[in-house]
Amino acid sequence: MKPTGRPGRWLIILPPLIFLLVFFLIPFAFAFKISFAETAARVPPFTDVISFTREHHLQLTLTLGNYRYLLTDQVYGVAYLYSLRTAFFSTLICLALGYPMAYAIARSSQSAQGLLLLIIMLPFWTSFLLRVYALEGIIRDTGFLNTALLYLGLISHPLRIMRTSLAVYLGIIYSYLPFMVLPLFATLEKLDPTLLEAAADLGSTPRRAFLDITLPLSLPGVIAGSMLVFIPAVGEFVIPSLLGGPNTLMIGRVLWDEFFGNHDWPVASAVAIAFLLLLAGPIAIYQYYNVRQLEA
Amino acid sequence: MTERRSSAALLSVLFFGIALLYLPILVLIGYSFNASPLVNVWGGFSTTWYGQLLHNRQLLRAALLSLEVAVTASSGAVVLGTLAATALVRFARFPGRLLLTGMVNAPLVMPEIITGITQLLLFVSMMQLLSWPHRGFTTIVLSHVTFCTAYVTITVQARLAAADRSLEEAAMDLGAGPARAFVEITLPIIAPAILAGWLLSFTLSLDDLVISSFVAGPGASTLPMVIYSKVKLGVSPDINALASLIVCAVGVCIIGAGYLMTRSDRRRALQAQLAAR
Repeated sequence: MKPTGRPGRWLIILPPLIFLLVFFLIPFAFAFKISFAETAARVPPFTDVISFTREHHLQLTLTLGNYRYLLTDQVYGVAYLYSLRTAFFSTLICLALGYPMAYAIARSSQSAQGLLLLIIMLPFWTSFLLRVYALEGIIRDTGFLNTALLYLGLISHPLRIMRTSLAVYLGIIYSYLPFMVLPLFATLEKLDPTLLEAAADLGSTPRRAFLDITLPLSLPGVIAGSMLVFIPAVGEFVIPSLLGGPNTLMIGRVLWDEFFGNHDWPVASAVAIAFLLLLAGPIAIYQYYNVRQLEA
Repeated sequence: MTERRSSAALLSVLFFGIALLYLPILVLIGYSFNASPLVNVWGGFSTTWYGQLLHNRQLLRAALLSLEVAVTASSGAVVLGTLAATALVRFARFPGRLLLTGMVNAPLVMPEIITGITQLLLFVSMMQLLSWPHRGFTTIVLSHVTFCTAYVTITVQARLAAADRSLEEAAMDLGAGPARAFVEITLPIIAPAILAGWLLSFTLSLDDLVISSFVAGPGASTLPMVIYSKVKLGVSPDINALASLIVCAVGVCIIGAGYLMTRSDRRRALQAQLAAR
């Protein structure tokens, strides 16, 4: 493929291509390299992987110790599994809540649709950190929920939600719900209503028509929405850190502590690379559906 | 989908979801006017905490840094994002197209903590090799431009794909060069999307905690970093006030961006109607 005789187009292509290459893709190569280094008491705190000997020979000093450490220290396995489980169930709950929401929006009138979408979009762009903090105001022991329930006499002791897994689930669902609703809406809106009418004419019940037509046709939205919730939720740091307790050890938090607490950059790099490999599948699925939707 | 009545169950889930999204923010804004420093006691209406914000040097300095970063990063992202969107929409095939598509979409789903670590390692390695960039303002801006570019590209891409190419072709038939035709015809059409992309980048940059924490290095603290460390220690009433201010400002920005997008849609629809007569 030759640029068809117009060198001008490279002035358009190259700046973003080079920038993203240098500042998004190449950093992964550095993380990969440093995951094979050892910690060292210097700045930056790790040994050289690639160096030159006195005879100007290229020398590679690799250690697999960091990866071995990941496999032997239980903390990492436990944190990976806990993160995957938490993200998985949060995604399911978001789907259960988001699907009817998207469906109701898709079925409302044109003008109501614009307003409802704006209402869903607004929290989506509002400060993530501050929304998590706001949720704390609802669920902490002296928060809005407990105060209201105590006042109504429904409970006699405040419910303990903060610093539990439940708080982390609530945080993820609350923060990521719009990510589920928007792609679902996009596919449900495109659905041709004559298909449902045809099904009804042919004697199918609304439930049957939903299962046979609406659900399969909205599958791309289900997958895109689920991936948009699942992938960031696995790596979530702010929610388990602010709302979770000592038991809610998610991988994002382990990574953060390894970096800022233990200052062990090579192990942190190895955790990040292992984490990325774990997410490669879901990210590939997301990209595949995304590209297909754009081309359609 | 055509207009049809939704069942009561469907609507109640919708309103439950919306209530879930908004209740915490409304409660937070309510608390910010609480005169009592105790979070669970209502001590009457007061704007004390808003006044105190103006005297908090640390917060003001962090806010200033965050604003500078956000303006610089979103301006850079708008340029790169518009170029990327143009390349992806206008050039059907070129070497590296798939790579560019992937690099534009991946930051949207990549966990921030991974992006943060990898970018820090890049900056540290660059510092070793090139003695540039020093960690601080520059590195924060560079990392913010990266993820903001992705959002700008997506926003502009959609608008550019929907834009009518025949106008630009007509301009070229009349003797305008491709660059001039793009600037005079297409740029005004996609301008609302570019502006919306700028505003979205601005809010995203202003909000970023995780990536900034990694790449900032010692010394530079953005507003979310200061807020995070304060919130980590417990609830503080002045953060309630600050949070309310930020939430309202972001709300205005987003509603403004949405308004710009729909207004220009309507205007174009109107023009199309008039032209068809």
